[in-house]
Amino acid sequence: MSRTHVTCTINGDEVEFLCEDDTTLLDALRDEVGLTGSKEGCGTGDCGACSVILDGALTCACLVFAPEVDGGTVVTVEGIADGNQLHPLQQTFLEGAALQCGVCTPGFLVAAKALLDENPHPTETEVRYALAGNLCRCTGYDKIIRAVLAAADYNGSEG
Amino acid sequence: MAIIEQDTTNPGFKWIGTRPIRPDGYEKVTGKARFGADMMLPGQLEGAVLRSPHAHARIVSIDTSEAETMPGVKAIVTGADFPDLKEAGAGAADVDLAVNIIARDKVLYEGHVVAAVAADTRKQAQAASKAIKVDYEVLPHVLTVDQAMAPGAPILHPGTRTKNVEPAPEEDSNVVSRVVQQLGDIDAGLAAADVIVERTFTTKPVHQGYIEPHAAVADALPSGRVHVWCSSQGHFAMRTMTSTVLGCDPTRIKVTPAEIGGGFGGKLVIYLEPLAARLSQKTGRPVRIVMNRDEVFKGTGPASGTKITVKIGATNDGKLTACKSELFYEAGAFAGSPVGAATMTMIAPYQFENLLLEGYDVLVNKPKVAAYRAPGAPMAAYAVESVIDEICQKIGMDPIELRLKNASVEGSQAAYGPKFPKIGYVETLEAIKNHPNYQIPLGPNQGRGVASGFWFNAGMNSSATVHLNEDGNVTVVVGSPDIGGSRASMALMAAETFGIDVARVQPFIGDTETVGFNDVTGGSRTTLATGQAVTEACEKVKADLMARAAKTWNCDVSEVEWVDGQVQKLDGSEPPLSMAKLARGWGRTGGPVSATASLNARGVGSAFSTQVCDVEVDPETGVVRVLRYLTAQDAGRAIHPSYVEGQFQGGVVQGIGWALNEEYVHTEKGTMDNPSFLDYRIPVASDLPMIDTIIVEVPNPGHPWGVRGVGEVGIVPPLAAVANAVSNATGCRLTDLPMSPMRVLDALNQKSNGGNGH
Amino acid sequence: MRYLAPKTVEEATTLLAEHPGAKVFAGATDVIPQLKAGRPEPEALVDLKKISQLVSVSDEGGHWSIGAAAATAKLTGNKALAAEFPGLVEAAGLIGSDQVQSRATLGGNLCNASPAADSVPAMIANGMRAVIAGPGGTRTAAVEDIPTGPGSTQLAAGEFIVSFELDHVPARTGDAYLRLIPRTEMDIAVVGAGARITLDDAGNVAAATIAIGAVAPTARRVPAAEAALVGNPINDQTLAAVAEAASAACNPIDDKRGTIAYRRQVAGVLARRAVVAAAERAAARTNGGN
Repeated sequence: MSRTHVTCTINGDEVEFLCEDDTTLLDALRDEVGLTGSKEGCGTGDCGACSVILDGALTCACLVFAPEVDGGTVVTVEGIADGNQLHPLQQTFLEGAALQCGVCTPGFLVAAKALLDENPHPTETEVRYALAGNLCRCTGYDKIIRAVLAAADYNGSEG
Repeated sequence: MAIIEQDTTNPGFKWIGTRPIRPDGYEKVTGKARFGADMMLPGQLEGAVLRSPHAHARIVSIDTSEAETMPGVKAIVTGADFPDLKEAGAGAADVDLAVNIIARDKVLYEGHVVAAVAADTRKQAQAASKAIKVDYEVLPHVLTVDQAMAPGAPILHPGTRTKNVEPAPEEDSNVVSRVVQQLGDIDAGLAAADVIVERTFTTKPVHQGYIEPHAAVADALPSGRVHVWCSSQGHFAMRTMTSTVLGCDPTRIKVTPAEIGGGFGGKLVIYLEPLAARLSQKTGRPVRIVMNRDEVFKGTGPASGTKITVKIGATNDGKLTACKSELFYEAGAFAGSPVGAATMTMIAPYQFENLLLEGYDVLVNKPKVAAYRAPGAPMAAYAVESVIDEICQKIGMDPIELRLKNASVEGSQAAYGPKFPKIGYVETLEAIKNHPNYQIPLGPNQGRGVASGFWFNAGMNSSATVHLNEDGNVTVVVGSPDIGGSRASMALMAAETFGIDVARVQPFIGDTETVGFNDVTGGSRTTLATGQAVTEACEKVKADLMARAAKTWNCDVSEVEWVDGQVQKLDGSEPPLSMAKLARGWGRTGGPVSATASLNARGVGSAFSTQVCDVEVDPETGVVRVLRYLTAQDAGRAIHPSYVEGQFQGGVVQGIGWALNEEYVHTEKGTMDNPSFLDYRIPVASDLPMIDTIIVEVPNPGHPWGVRGVGEVGIVPPLAAVANAVSNATGCRLTDLPMSPMRVLDALNQKSNGGNGH
Repeated sequence: MRYLAPKTVEEATTLLAEHPGAKVFAGATDVIPQLKAGRPEPEALVDLKKISQLVSVSDEGGHWSIGAAAATAKLTGNKALAAEFPGLVEAAGLIGSDQVQSRATLGGNLCNASPAADSVPAMIANGMRAVIAGPGGTRTAAVEDIPTGPGSTQLAAGEFIVSFELDHVPARTGDAYLRLIPRTEMDIAVVGAGARITLDDAGNVAAATIAIGAVAPTARRVPAAEAALVGNPINDQTLAAVAEAASAACNPIDDKRGTIAYRRQVAGVLARRAVVAAAERAAARTNGGN
């Protein structure tokens, strides 16, 4: 069984890995690259726990074949902080208790970052619909939505 | 932000009641926290599980010969690789556990494990598992309580005779047992009623729906020990159960808890651990097995489907006189539905003098049910709270007023035996009644529903150890996995006890070898019981440090006191000694300072919740949308209010999903038709409004901080709150869950065709 | 299974001829779940997304050309397209979550041939055409004729859709797509209805196309509903006729998502509501597109 060599940029670093052609990007990130922050909740694109940003677009890593990302750019939850400086979303999630078990949190952070990058001041309804692809079973979403809105305000207050 | 209706005797805590960032939070928002499937050991093999495609079948033979020769395959296990506990004379529960882990002579549900494979890659293990040849003799199956109890129904476990029925049965049955709660005279009570409402309700099995599938890594060491990493709600329980199934002493197994991605009761039991352990023993290498979502639905423990008839009588001025109920709960393929807990909790909010509640545990060819947040209670509350709502409609009484009139209070006789100590049920009713949400006018096609619920909460056993470190800070070691922020609560209780900044407390969850025995994180017991153990261990450290200070000052310990993290001489004749100073001097005063508390928790306080839900129903399609939701729950004392609110909100939303959309759909062949998050529909963010919360605090007198468990009761009222709101909006009383658009439109059609709206 | 990524239509056609067991894919949002559910892996998967014609969205003068492998996010992000065809673009935007939107495509949604595909009723209502490449060259077919039953299309071996043609909309024309799902997002349509209405100066219906989905083996037009409207005003009577015709045109099944009776009843409701929404948009649009 021969494996495909993939070169791409992940969280700003050039990364190379080997994979079979039917390996998903999610499995490659977790098993080959060692980035276990993206989680498998369903494997079929229904829960968003594996959300990553691929070539600038929010997507489920479980719905991408790893060879597709050759030459591409991936951002995972491990890459949304700026060094030791947490992203405003990470900060508001912590302050607002927007996580209980925390397994859906990476997916929500990446999806919310993608939202705020495109729409810096969303309404509550816009946030809810943008995050409809991320399932949470612990929080009932209330504190998550508040944390995203708080991060949007934080962005606003910066300028 | 929640409204907290605080107890006025609050002594003014410095830390309890604040909202610091949880200590494990930074790892969780940066993707660094390690959950069950994130563990990778050198040389690790990957596992795959072969499961029955049939709901009921005899295993005639299993041929693994071809699979064994496939690329990468290192070992295969079947039932033959595990001890026969029945032959060994083990108790019924242990036998059932072991047979549920891996089938022996029969498969009893689609998804029942038949074999497991370890190979170099998961793809190889999956391919090999498909090459295992199993010869099944398919048997007829039963999927509902009615089918299971029908004359001539296939019997899941020959030899089962229904317990606690008179006369003792002479034929095998799928009804395992009957439980009864009785008070007073049911016939007299019903005769005294001016209005009687009787309805039969059905609910379907639902899954806890945790986003993290089960995962376990096992590493069998040459010394005979087995090291297991798994996410679970209790690693000591995992150790006990795994050792039972493997047939070894628990001491030989070490379980390290991974972070857990949701449990809600479903991870109180094991599934993969013995398989991974045995494969590791066979191969001499670590083995990881992870379930996919399909397996989670088919191969773990959903909550029971039910059929419940409730008959309640009341006077015209709203006094409840009697309640009679028959409850049939699906146990799944092995005995043990929570129907008993249902009978104990379903009418607990009300003072009934006359009761007859009969519950039946019924076997069906579906996965063995596991706990799901207040197990057994939500379904029964759905029935009772709906009937009470209908009584309110019939006699024209406000649903909160009727509940106030009949509310259980301190000293009321609970159906299940004890008299209630100090409880906060009335306070939850008042909180809802006085909240502006209750007055918001409703528009066309909108409706409002109220419901209450009760859960007793558990105590059980916890151990904690507190170490003083050289820097004067403390490490608090507990054995309770952190599902919802409990590390933060432990740190707050320790900080309050010592009178030090919570940042000086480092909580840690020890494995089964680094902390004393702990029962599971479940039953709403962790803040209460583990909190008690932490508090007691901190008090021991304080006492030790005061003795050390007295020794240093050459005085009696009665001459010193503890104030804000320091020991002071009462007469002020010496400068105070800080914890850091005392730590630096411990060599002179007796050695390092550390204390353990192991206890069986005392003074458990029960929890009540009252909730109000507003919905809008599309009259042409039957689609129901939740507009507003408010919950009031007695938490006793909220240690970390944000995480208490989170428990309330999470339970409510699970209940909304249960009420509107979630159900196991089976084909006639007994296979699950919707084993994915696409068609098993849990609420998404756009389905919901904000969930407003009121934390009521009627402190539990039995607990040092007044804590009552908060994790479970929140899921008990929503099924009825939503159903009552739909009834208010449409004039239709829905008695089958979920209230999918299909069922709602059906009811609306029947109503406009002159039906009675049922 | 091999992953192949051709750069041109010709290269793709050649690869498909060389690998008879190969299948094309774009977003993989159906392919991957199907493989996980046990569908046999094809010998190779040919990724269409590296071919520029397949992913571009452009106004060609008389019509829009929409690449069959263009992500639906590209459609919802195209302001001119969304303004001219709000119904079509909303329908495309309903496929899955935002994560799925960066992968889902009209080509995939159509050729996966689920009876419940969200974009198909709106594509049919707007009279879209599929431009198909294959071993025999290029041909065009009506979108409506592509699916032949659940999971099957009329495409021959080695054929794939390159792009869709969508003629610019005349004046006083609006389109709409509505679907019935139990939640607010993330569900497969239990019923879908697409409508396109053109009004005359008197406010009566000059042209109507109505298509229903998820209520038959393939999405289909409802000629009887269209006939009830053309030449008439939109009022309770004509709308009732639309609803009745839509219900009668259903050929639904009972499955885990809906019953026959429910689908029939709600098809009528949604067809009526889609017509009303399309007509409102038509009344607001005094000029045609481009």
